Amino acid sequence: MSEAIKSWRSGPGSSWGNLLHYSHRVVPLTHRFAALPDSSPLLAYGNGRSYGDVCLNQDGVLLATRGLDRFIAFDSVSGVIECEAGVLLNDLIELTLPYGWFPPVTPGTGFVTLGGAIANDVHGKNHHRVGSFCNHVLEFELQRSDGTVLRCTPEENREWFCATAGGLGLTGLIRRVRLQLRPVPGPWLGGDSRRFRSLGEFFELDRVSGGNYEYTVAWLDCATGKSHLGRGVYMRGNHVPGREPVKSRLPVRLPLTPPFSLINGLTRNFLNQAYFHRPAAEQSAARWHYQSFFYPLDGILELNRMFGPKGFFQYQCVIPEAVAERSLTEIFERIAGSGERSFLAVLKMFGRIPPLGMMSFPRPGATLALDFPNHGARTLALLEALDAITVAAGGAVYPAKDARMSQDSFQQYFPNWRQFKAYVDPAFSSSLWRRVTQ
Amino acid sequence: MRRILIMGATSAIAEATAREFARRGDALFLVGRSAERLQAIAADLKLRGATAAECHVLDARGMDRFPALVDSAAEVLGGLDTALIAHGTLSDQAACEASVETMMQEFATNALSAMALCTLLANRFAAQRHGTIAVISSVAGDRGRQSNYVYGSAKAALSAFTSGMRQRLHSQGVRMVTIKPGFVDTPMTVAFRKGVLWASPATAARYIVRAMIKGTPVLYVPWFWRPVMAIIRAVPEFIFQRLRL
Repeated sequence: MSEAIKSWRSGPGSSWGNLLHYSHRVVPLTHRFAALPDSSPLLAYGNGRSYGDVCLNQDGVLLATRGLDRFIAFDSVSGVIECEAGVLLNDLIELTLPYGWFPPVTPGTGFVTLGGAIANDVHGKNHHRVGSFCNHVLEFELQRSDGTVLRCTPEENREWFCATAGGLGLTGLIRRVRLQLRPVPGPWLGGDSRRFRSLGEFFELDRVSGGNYEYTVAWLDCATGKSHLGRGVYMRGNHVPGREPVKSRLPVRLPLTPPFSLINGLTRNFLNQAYFHRPAAEQSAARWHYQSFFYPLDGILELNRMFGPKGFFQYQCVIPEAVAERSLTEIFERIAGSGERSFLAVLKMFGRIPPLGMMSFPRPGATLALDFPNHGARTLALLEALDAITVAAGGAVYPAKDARMSQDSFQQYFPNWRQFKAYVDPAFSSSLWRRVTQ
Repeated sequence: MRRILIMGATSAIAEATAREFARRGDALFLVGRSAERLQAIAADLKLRGATAAECHVLDARGMDRFPALVDSAAEVLGGLDTALIAHGTLSDQAACEASVETMMQEFATNALSAMALCTLLANRFAAQRHGTIAVISSVAGDRGRQSNYVYGSAKAALSAFTSGMRQRLHSQGVRMVTIKPGFVDTPMTVAFRKGVLWASPATAARYIVRAMIKGTPVLYVPWFWRPVMAIIRAVPEFIFQRLRL
């Protein structure tokens, strides 16, 4: 049932950044009762939406988990859902939203598996209010290569729970998940969006918004020029009732990877300025359907192809609040001086709720996400320079989005990694893990 | 609400098709070899909207137990009006060439058992003067090729059998749907590079359900396999025998 395959530009063996094309042996999992294959190194591969090599395992085995996509139980009174780990967030929402239940935390795409959400302890626009994904996981089942199956909850097998939450898929296979959903009045969100002209204004807006709005996020203008630096659009919202009919969104697809990147100085400047100046950037009573609010980029399938055959790097860091303004300014200036440009920039303040995961990324401070078209050594040199700023600030870089951080940087960002190592399944590994620990 | 028997319910295409029926609120009777897998699928289908999802453990080679199977499905669901026969094994061609016994077993599983079940269902549906039987054949049955002609000839038998049965049942209000999947991205086919010719089981399932509701005689999924196979069938045998397909 499995064969050695090269990694394609989509499907098992590829990741969202389109940077790395490794060969793997893919073993599709079709049900949750099988033993693990007797080979190594193993790694679970969900829907391939992490950007770099956290979901890759060069010359190793990928356990493709999308076949584990069955619901097991759903209690529409308590909002507790139990399902196999390959279920996509989108499929879960389709089932539970009609009953008034929504994922407690969602990242910027609905195309992630629940297993992936646990392994990367993903966060969303409501981190300042509810923490990250694993803060809401009631239980999961972890299958180890020695044949044991551990039922993990924040109480039972707690150390395994904490190692696996944000554990990058290295502690074994997550087969089954029980999750506490949150009640919502429907598919709608209400709030507003406003322009800000500087980072100072952003922090001020965030200070007054965090208490009143469950979801807050800012988009930063990436157009070239000093006047653009640090300006952007701040969006905030809450779930609101509403009976408006929902216009169904047929997704558009980028069917082919264009031979060159569609992202260049012209398109970047034009799109960023247009986004900043469009009337909807400043509106007092905005209303969004959850899809356009949480998943604005999911409307175009395989949008990652627009970066062309060389792919792109994403850089997401978190900077402690005390030095956030200074370090972020330094990051922007460093990018401006490098000749490299981010196409899209998103800024968000994390809250103080501690994650359960030993290796979780979220921590108090400002988190900034940037997309850079891959220009080889130039781009890598810039990202290395950004790492120097993040390290000096005492911050961290998000492994789910990384394809290049150095061993030294990783080990400074995640000082628990040595302790975590004891929980890594001897038959499991990943390209990222080998890169940052060997 | 349809009352549906699904044979080979743990296969990827059958499960995806069952999900489409579940979404419509139909009642399902699932037959397969593994109790735990059937139960996991049944629980999932109920959450997705199935009015009922009952499990029945049976190996498709146990043909003597088919009459009891059909009775049991009708009893549990309170009637029976639709069946999807989806079981099968992708035969190991080399093993079938080496052993008469293996070859005959593969043929029995892929052709005879489906034909046996069709016979029982056809008689029941003809007596009640309505019903739909859908059988998963394959484009591989449209012409025998050296790479998998045992599997292919079993599917060819199924295609011819269902074609004749369709004629017989037509005047009795019973629909017979022959489904010929091309490339579907299932665990069976993980090794192939997936291009635009490939369909996901979920996409195939939507076409299958539509064909079963409309009573389409022969469905190629995806559709373009119909002209592709027409061309392959048209190649003269004296040329075909030299090809490496």
